[in-house]
Order: sequence, then structure tokens, then C-alpha cells
Amino acid sequence: MYLKGPDELERLRKQVIEGKKAEEGQKRVVLCTGTGCRGAGALEVSEAFQKELDRSSDIELKRTCCHGFCERGPITVIEPMGVFYQMVSPEQVSQIIAETVKKGEVIEDLLYKDPKTGENIRYEKDIPFYMRQMRLVFGHNRLIDPTRIEDYLATGGYKALTKALFGMSPEQIIEEVKRSGLRGRGGGGFPAGRKWENCRRAGADVKYVICNCDEGDPGAYMDRSLMEGNPHRVLEGMIIGAYAIGASEGYVYVRNEYPLAVQNVGIAIKQAEKMGLLGENILGSGFKFTISINRGGGAFVAGESTALMASIEGQVAEPRAKHIHTVESGLWERPTNLNNVETWANVPVIIERGADSYSNIGTEGSKGTKIFSLVGKINNTGLIEVPMGMTLREIVHDIGGGIPGGKKFKAVQTGGPSGGCIPEALMELPVDFDELTKAGSMMGSGGMIVMDESTCMVDVAKYFTNFLRDESCGKCTSCREGTLRMYEVLDDITKGKGREGDIELLEELGWVTAEASLCGLGQTAPNPVLSTIHYFRDEYEAHIRDKKCPAGVCRDLITYDIDTELCIACGKCKKECPVEAITGEKKVPHEIDQDKCIRCGTCMEVCPEDAVKVQ
Amino acid sequence: MAEELQELLASYSASRRFLLRILQTVQQKMGYISEEAMVEVAHHLDISPVEVYGVATFYNQFRFIPYGKHHIVACLGTACHAMGGQLILDGFERELEIKAGGITPNHEWSLDRVGCIGCCTKAPVVVVNDIIHPKMTPFRVEEVLAGLGLEKGKGEEEVEAGEGESQ
Repeated sequence: MYLKGPDELERLRKQVIEGKKAEEGQKRVVLCTGTGCRGAGALEVSEAFQKELDRSSDIELKRTCCHGFCERGPITVIEPMGVFYQMVSPEQVSQIIAETVKKGEVIEDLLYKDPKTGENIRYEKDIPFYMRQMRLVFGHNRLIDPTRIEDYLATGGYKALTKALFGMSPEQIIEEVKRSGLRGRGGGGFPAGRKWENCRRAGADVKYVICNCDEGDPGAYMDRSLMEGNPHRVLEGMIIGAYAIGASEGYVYVRNEYPLAVQNVGIAIKQAEKMGLLGENILGSGFKFTISINRGGGAFVAGESTALMASIEGQVAEPRAKHIHTVESGLWERPTNLNNVETWANVPVIIERGADSYSNIGTEGSKGTKIFSLVGKINNTGLIEVPMGMTLREIVHDIGGGIPGGKKFKAVQTGGPSGGCIPEALMELPVDFDELTKAGSMMGSGGMIVMDESTCMVDVAKYFTNFLRDESCGKCTSCREGTLRMYEVLDDITKGKGREGDIELLEELGWVTAEASLCGLGQTAPNPVLSTIHYFRDEYEAHIRDKKCPAGVCRDLITYDIDTELCIACGKCKKECPVEAITGEKKVPHEIDQDKCIRCGTCMEVCPEDAVKVQ
Repeated sequence: MAEELQELLASYSASRRFLLRILQTVQQKMGYISEEAMVEVAHHLDISPVEVYGVATFYNQFRFIPYGKHHIVACLGTACHAMGGQLILDGFERELEIKAGGITPNHEWSLDRVGCIGCCTKAPVVVVNDIIHPKMTPFRVEEVLAGLGLEKGKGEEEVEAGEGESQ
């Protein structure tokens, strides 16, 4: 259906909403089939539901994408009751249909059990993981089948676009975004409204807008989940931005590793074109705007704006100096405005609610909410959306539910590979752009990797430095050689070959790499090293002076031993050891031959008595 | 092969901006980017083959050797690393007797590593023939391989013996 004007859009929305009202009480299985739940077997569960439902036509299966609580996937909500089931397996599907969907009986075993109180919780909203969140941008995911534009319209979708196109001038939109205080969610935190304004002012016949979905930070996946789960919201933000700036063409640059995101945004673009929300004369306003998709090639540095533009042009993704900003000369040397997925997804919220209401949320310098991916050594892993300024403690303990296995919290790593590690002492830190930078880390795209006492901070620094060494494009000597040299020093330290003075050498190398590199990758590359030295210097010293890894991670500095008191001589470790390093007879405690041992950890994993100890 | 490539190239106009897309399609269709393919792509876009080579080798996505029958990708994103991903990759390297980026002599198995697949809550993960295996452990490496028919020691020995004869 091609919509000729805003009134037709509203009529369609009314129809959709009325249709949904008529369906009230409809028996429905809402199943998350986002990438996280797919990893836990959601597609098999979906198939099982489909098979069951083929037999009963009055029940509907709705496949959404990410609800956020990926730890507990596959996630299912049974409507109209709203019961929240977690970790559903295909074998349980027929029971769910027979008991819950048909008879309204709750299956206690499938409910989320609060580990603190031991009580089963029936509804999503009562689960501590969700209770403290503010799901302004991400919340609609659970209502939307991303392949159905009607679902988006029912949540008020494209209302902000109508308001922008017919009720506001481009200047007014930019003013609104400026007043909202929205800062770029991709990492830099540059005020979005100012960027738009500069791009609008740049004179040219053709201008571009770009959506950066090259989410390369390992450990962060909020952009993917938004793109997979609610692609129309991102498109709506882009269309409004393009109108404000005066751009006629848009590009969505998606990471190659995100096939489902590519698929869903592709479907969404086609639907929007068909309805006249993209293309010539959008909603009869006279405004023309098209969007095409580019797939990345698996280069981390391509997430940098100038590198990304080079990549769209078919070039090697090398950043260039920004003496001339991309808003003046970007893609094909035309004014180009690039924002990240989450930034674009915030735009419809700002236009619809108004800047005043939006800027009430958050802190002085960072407005609105931020989506974080909370992963690593933490009980409730998943995607969370919280107002800017929430303390780390609230995030880690209240939402994240603390550290598993009774272990001690050590640090949380934020900001991706170029971020830093924040220690226990700073748990009261309000999380926003400026506070994180002050603490020696950064917001980045919002990854939060929680580390406990069994994480070695030197190993963490080595990991990130190796990643950046690998991903450095090689253009600047300081970055290419600096990351390599830092990696070599760190590698030596973790192998027991560290020398006095190595820490100072790392600090010096870090300083040069940051000062002399062109783009954000090199400028922030020393962060993981410098922040771990700053907060965890004692761990470095233990490696260098005592040749010990306190966390028991660095393989050249640890040994696995069997506690003869605890060993029951069951023979499991002996059987599973891949290098036959374990000897022992029945009823005789086993022993590990340290010369043969490759420290793979298998024996520790299979031991039923926890008799294998690492030192 | 050559015909298929020509057909594929014909569907793209000769503009540099399509270089990445063309290479992606070539890899999707052929499984990897051969030297001949790079020369043909260069010819089609009227650029030097070394330009194509430069772009293809810059992006991690592109492979220059074919996949094995079973392709295994170990994720070494931050979450996977923190949860012991390196031990998992080591396990596959040990069992298959190849390094990441390699392929077994009998072309049955290939192994790669990836920065992050965004499945961090299930760390550490591996992707085997496009299926995600969550929460891997060193012990489960052998299980996964055995499930796909790897008989430890046996397959490799036969291949090695075969190679020995041909030399």
C-alpha cells in the first residue's frame, strides 16, 4: 500500500491498532529468535512450536528479536497471560501449548527463579534484571516482528517522521536535536545536533547520511540487536536526519558477521519503499531519500568514520586526517553525516517526545539512555538500557546480579578494545561519557565486560593489544609499531620473561602511540595497557618479579596439581587428558606430569571432586 | 567456474564502488577468492590486479584457500577470551593438527578465528558449519569433532601415509 500523505499513514495505523485490539485475548506465543537466542537453540524451538501450531489455527506464533536477557534464552512470552518462560527447549514445547497456552496453567519449572529470594517470577517486568532498566530505545523489540512494518506502526512508528516533515523546518529539527543533548553513541560522544548543523551548512548539490552498523568492538552487540529487532526505528531516524541536513542518499554499513541484521534491514527498506516512506516524494512532502546497504569486510578500523567512507567507495578502509571534516567533505568528497545505529534510533524518540522531556533523562553532560552489553563473569548477562549516570554498582550488582560462583569482583572493562578497566574502588562511578573518560576508560559503543578474581589483568591488556595490533591498518608508524612493541613486551611478561623497567617502557610506548597516531584506533590503543597498569600495577609486578600469575591464567606461570586429599582416583582426568600427562592407578591419587602438561584445563573441568588446583 | 564468474561480473556495472560487493559475492559463490578471480575482477573494473589484491587482503573476511568440508570458527571476542576462548581454539588446533587459518591435508576440516560474533552471553562459542555452539569447554571440543565424524588420530595418519606415497 503506497501512502500518499500523513493522513493515509494515520488511517493505516488506526486500522492496524484496531486489528490488534480485536485480537485482544488472542492466544499467542512470542518467541525471541535474535542471534543470542539462536545460539541457545531458538530456531529449533521455533520449529517445534510451528509444528504444534499447524494443528491449532487459533494460536499465533510471533517471532521477535532480542529481548535483552540473552543469558536465559531462548526466551518465550505466552500471551495474553504475559507469562515469561526462559531457557525453553524443543522438548518442552508441547507441554507449553497444552498447559499454558490452552489451559492457562503456569509451568513453574520454566519460570525465572530469583537467585536471591529463591522465588519463581512470572512476569518479565518483575525480574530484577528488567526492573531497574529504562527501555526507551530498546523496549519495543519485544513487541515487534521485525519483518512486519505493521508491528512498528502499532508502536507509534513513523509518527516522528510525520511530525518532522509536516510540522517542523529542517532548522527546527536540528535545534531540537541540539537541545536534547544527544551525543553520538558509537564511542566518540560528539553532539549529534552540532554535527547535523555543520553538515546542513556545507554547500553542495549532493549530501549523504550514513548509518554505522560496523559494530566491531568485541563484547558489544547492541547495534546488532537494534538492527535485527527494530530496523524501522533506525530507518525513521535516518530519514528525519536526512531531511534536516538536506541529504538525498543514505547508506547503512553493516558488519559482515551480522547476516540477520543485513536481512532484516533489507526487508525493512523494501517495505518502507513500497509504502512511500522512502524514495521519491516521501508521504507527499516532496522530500526524496533513498537508502542502500553495504556489507563490511571484517575490518575493525572500518568503524572509524573516514575509513568506513573509504570502504563504501570500494577502497581499503584506511582512515585519513580530518583537517577537513567529513561533514564538509566525506563520501565521494561530498558533505556526509555519519551516526551510529543507536544514535539514529534515538532520533524518533527525541522528535516525538520533544527535547525537553528527553533531556530530563541522564546527567548534565550526557542525556538520555544508553544500551550496554553486560557480559563476562556476571550472573545476568545480556543487553541492558539504563539512564545515563547510573552507578557501576547498580549495573553490576542490581541488574547484573553479581558475580557467579561466589567469586570476587575485580574490574569492569568498558569501551571496547580501546577502553580501560575500572576497578572495584570506583564502583560508585556514575556511568556517562565524561566520568568514564575521567576514570581512564571510555564509553565506546557500550560493551561492559565484567572480570572477577580469576581474570588476569596483564592477560587482558595483552589480549586487547594483540587485537589492536592485528586490526591496525598500518598507516601510522606509531600505531603499527607501537601496538606491536607493546604486545611483545606484554607477551614476555605473561611468559615469565618480564624485566625490571618493562612497566615504564610500556608507559612510554603508550604515550607515543597515543600522541603520534592519526585516528581514534591508535590514539586510544594504549588505554587497556595504561589503565591496567594504573589500577593493577601489583599484578604486573607479580608477573615480572615473582614470575607468578596471581589469577592463575598465564599458562607459562601456572601449574595444575591434584590435591591428593580430595582425589578419589576415579580416573576421569586420566582418561580425558589429551596428552596423557596424568598417571595413577585405581584407589591411588593421580598425579600430573608437569613436563607433559599443556595446561588446557580439561582435568579441572572433568574432576567431580574439584581436586585439581591451579597455582 | 570461469563462466560462472563472468556471469557474476556481468551483473555489476564497472564501477570501483562495487569492488567489495563483487569480492563478497565471489567468495560466497566460490568459497574463496582465487588468483584468477582477482585478475578477472580487476579486468572488469579496469583497475590493476594489485589494487584488487590490496583490498582483498586488507579485509579479514576474504580467504585465499577453500574451506574444508567442515568449517570451524572459534570466537575470540572479549567475552569469549575472558571465559577461556583461547583454550577452546587451542583444543581445536591440537585435535585437528592445524593452526587457525589452516585446512587439513584431506580438505575435511578448516579452522578460523574471529574477533566477535556478538553472541557474548553464550561465551565461549564456536561456529561449526554455521551453527553456533554455546558455552564451550576444552572437553567438549573432542565431542563436537567426534559428532562430525573425526576419528582421533586415524584420519590424519591415513592422509599422511597417502602423501608419503605420492612423494
